[in-house]
Amino acid sequence: MTYLSIRDLSVRLKGGPSLLRRVSLDVEPGEVRGLVGESGAGKSMIGKAVLGILPPSVEITGGQILLDGTDLLTLPPKDRRRRIGASCALIPQDPLTALNPSHRIGPQITDRLVDILGWTRADAEARAKALLAEVQIPDPDRVLRAYPHELSGGMRQRILIASAFAAEPKLIVADEPTTALDVTVQKQILKLIAGMQARHGTALLFVTHDLGVVSKVCQYLSVLYAGMVVEDATVVDFFAAPRHAYSAALLAATPKYTDPAAGLNPVPDAVIDAVRAEVAAFDRGSA
Amino acid sequence: MLDAKGMDGRSLIRRRAGLRLWLSAGWLTLLCLAALFAPWIAPKDPLAQDLFLGRMPPFWMAGSEPGYWLGTDSLGRDVLSRIIHGARVALTVALVAGVITCLIGATLGLLAGFLRGWVDMVISRLIDIWMAFPPVLFSILLIAVLGPGLISIIIAIVVIDWTRFARVVRAEAMAQGAMDYVASARVAGRGRIGIMLREILPNVLPTICVLLTLEMGIAVIVEAILSFVNLSISTDDPTWGGMISEGRTAIHQAWWVLVFPLITLFLTVLSFSQLGEGLKDRFDPVLR
Amino acid sequence: MYEYLDQDEDRQVHADGPPSAEATGRAVIRLLATRLLTTLVTLAGVAVIVFFVIRVVPGNPIAMMLPPGATDEDIARLSALYGLDKPMVTQFGIWVAGVLQGDFGTSITTRQPVLDLVLGRLPATLELAIMALVLAVILGGTAALIGTRFRGGRREGAIDVANGMALSVPDFLWGLVLILLFGVLWPIFHISGRVTPSLDLPFTTDFYLFESLLRLRFDLWADIVAHMFMPALALAIPLAAIIGQLLKQSLKETMNLDYVTLARTKGYGETRVILREALRNAALPTLTLVGVQFTFLIGGTVIIERLFSYEGLGNMAIDAVINRDLPLIQGIVLLFALIFTGVNLIVDLLYAVLNPRLRHA
Ligand SMILES: Nc1ncnc2c1ncn2[C@@H]1O[C@H](COP(=O)(O)OP(=O)(O)O)[C@@H](O)[C@H]1O
Ligand SMILES: [Mg+2]
Repeated sequence: MTYLSIRDLSVRLKGGPSLLRRVSLDVEPGEVRGLVGESGAGKSMIGKAVLGILPPSVEITGGQILLDGTDLLTLPPKDRRRRIGASCALIPQDPLTALNPSHRIGPQITDRLVDILGWTRADAEARAKALLAEVQIPDPDRVLRAYPHELSGGMRQRILIASAFAAEPKLIVADEPTTALDVTVQKQILKLIAGMQARHGTALLFVTHDLGVVSKVCQYLSVLYAGMVVEDATVVDFFAAPRHAYSAALLAATPKYTDPAAGLNPVPDAVIDAVRAEVAAFDRGSA
Repeated sequence: MLDAKGMDGRSLIRRRAGLRLWLSAGWLTLLCLAALFAPWIAPKDPLAQDLFLGRMPPFWMAGSEPGYWLGTDSLGRDVLSRIIHGARVALTVALVAGVITCLIGATLGLLAGFLRGWVDMVISRLIDIWMAFPPVLFSILLIAVLGPGLISIIIAIVVIDWTRFARVVRAEAMAQGAMDYVASARVAGRGRIGIMLREILPNVLPTICVLLTLEMGIAVIVEAILSFVNLSISTDDPTWGGMISEGRTAIHQAWWVLVFPLITLFLTVLSFSQLGEGLKDRFDPVLR
Repeated sequence: MYEYLDQDEDRQVHADGPPSAEATGRAVIRLLATRLLTTLVTLAGVAVIVFFVIRVVPGNPIAMMLPPGATDEDIARLSALYGLDKPMVTQFGIWVAGVLQGDFGTSITTRQPVLDLVLGRLPATLELAIMALVLAVILGGTAALIGTRFRGGRREGAIDVANGMALSVPDFLWGLVLILLFGVLWPIFHISGRVTPSLDLPFTTDFYLFESLLRLRFDLWADIVAHMFMPALALAIPLAAIIGQLLKQSLKETMNLDYVTLARTKGYGETRVILREALRNAALPTLTLVGVQFTFLIGGTVIIERLFSYEGLGNMAIDAVINRDLPLIQGIVLLFALIFTGVNLIVDLLYAVLNPRLRHA
């Protein structure tokens, strides 16, 4: 049964333009769905809508977000928060800003377990230690007592990953989790996330603008343009034969790991014009 | 295309800021007119005592005396007339002390901020020393030295408050001095004084205007405080602070002697300050 | 499927290591040294200015002390006694030498050592200033938290307006307004003095507020608070407005940061997120500015003590000026300058000590 199901979700800037246009996508338990598109396409917006952290300047104008069959948007705010906190988690983009500088690492991993899920402090600390070992952090005891500024970026991202998996969530949203890291650390982190996801059987919504990463990590993907899903396919099908002209052009524009010398093919203007026309037609139709 | 919901509480407040600006300007204009035409407007002679009419309540209360709208003080002097004449002292101090303080403080700040080096060293040290004095005590001390009187008050305010301008203008001039347009003016061969007056000064002028408005409000308060400790001008002459001082001692017998000058002073200080804040909003591109 | 990831096998995890405690200590000591030096220069400047300014005072203070009909000889004798017959520079040298040995001279009006007089009044002023600071932090902090919790709404707008008003009007006027409201219209507080004079005070120190608590004399404590509350509130209102504004601004910026957003996804509500995630980080930038403002508050005690007939240092200072008590004026001004520079120094140090944690963030 589908774990996360987004149906016709529309979001707009308050009193302004649409940011998401009737987005629909599903994530089955334990599967990984990639969310790709150029910067500003609305990828993060989808993740934020699911996790209930949309900025106050935007509003949801329609659609449903079904989590395990319950529409989050109809729940009272407090229930929604608790439900998301207990069953979902976020791996953020920038590890340097995502840890609170004035708290030690330990409480930042265990707080949800203790406060929201009602674990005892001892249980939560044991769990945190085990998780740090799982994300390959040496000397977990020291790290749990450290402040964020004492740790490197890669280390902090490992901690955030550990923290995301702490409560054994059913769904994790990873929002470009490697974009802010050094190239050398990126691969380790990607591998770590993929490994953890496979071991824990967590459903993963993986936001990225890198089709190369999608091919390695995901089983399904949604291609987004201007807040509109233009293609929804399995990764195997997509890389064999993309159906939409825009995603085909996107694929052609991605450097090949097998053949880096092939060079880049920028998305042709004609394709952009066509997809823009599609968006315009959509806006007219829904207005 | 903002609907009512998109307009949050803060922007409503911001819209009302314009109203506050107008109210402040209106009150100050009224006060200026009252000060200018005091002898013709004031219903009574502010100095005329009448011991038979001491502590008469304001007009709506039982036992009030016709013609004495806001009542009388313990010597039978008309409260309203004294307030109107008090506006003369208050506004003179505000204007003269404010402008002189501004000229001296801004000049020193400009020199320190733009010339840097030993000039800045000396001025900054002086500012540090000044900041270590409790200002009210300093002003009382100065009045004790200079003797009471309008001129003394003005001198005291200038001597104490020049740092307000110097501190801010110095920082601003420093920031402006680091900008590219100053460097290019220098490359173009302009002299230092020329650059300071033609390039830097116009850019710090808005800040100076805001500070000047705020300083006028402060000057009014300082004058009131000095009158309150009986160090302003002669105790007979009508000043708001003097009236407040007298009202404070007779507060249980004749509250109106304290309340009316207090309201006047409060509104005046508030108006100067709101005007300054309003100007700041107008000038500050970030807040606009 | 993960072949691309397998290419890189190094698992090196590296840490920058914390800034060592020694490095922090050295930075603090360096700061302390330079600040101490400028503080000394400032104090010296204050001493010079106050000494020479008050000696321009017209009217011989000695003549004022003697009964009318005293001869010039009497005046000369008394002047010699207080050292006022020597050249000014010599007088200054004698005074400075005395001050360095802890001797601030003798008050001309009361003929008691200045140091004793000043130290006797200092506790009253310190208690007043501290109570005002506590009130300001409570009021301003609450305003900032409520404004942040309901940001963008009418409640924030109302708090902004209240802050603007509180900031526009100085403590002197707030004091008068409070006297009218809670001294006359609805008389629940005392409007003059420090304690009810008829009360029997068992105190050995001059810190009445603290000592009454320590002695568990809550009846006396209540009486003292009823006297202090209004002057303290008058001093606190402008500072509360500043704290409210700065902290709210800082909180609102902090609320948009990633770690706050992450905390929201964990299931925490708005209030909890503000208090636990944002408050501590937002409070630090407010601290330095509050330090400077606190010295303004202490300066305000002079007129507020006068207004409420509160027997503190400021009230004594005004009397000293009116009586031309030169040694006493010098002593009080120097003490105020010492307090001002001391507060600034402490705030700077506090900031330097607290800051390294944020340096890398
Ligand atoms: N806080 C915000 N307020 C208003 N608009 C926003 C905000 N955050 C993002 N947007 C707009 O929403 C659109 C989608 O943003 P986002 O989801 O962050 O894109 P991306 O696909 O790069 O993650 C962009 O056009 C962006 O300008
Ligand atoms: Mg994004």
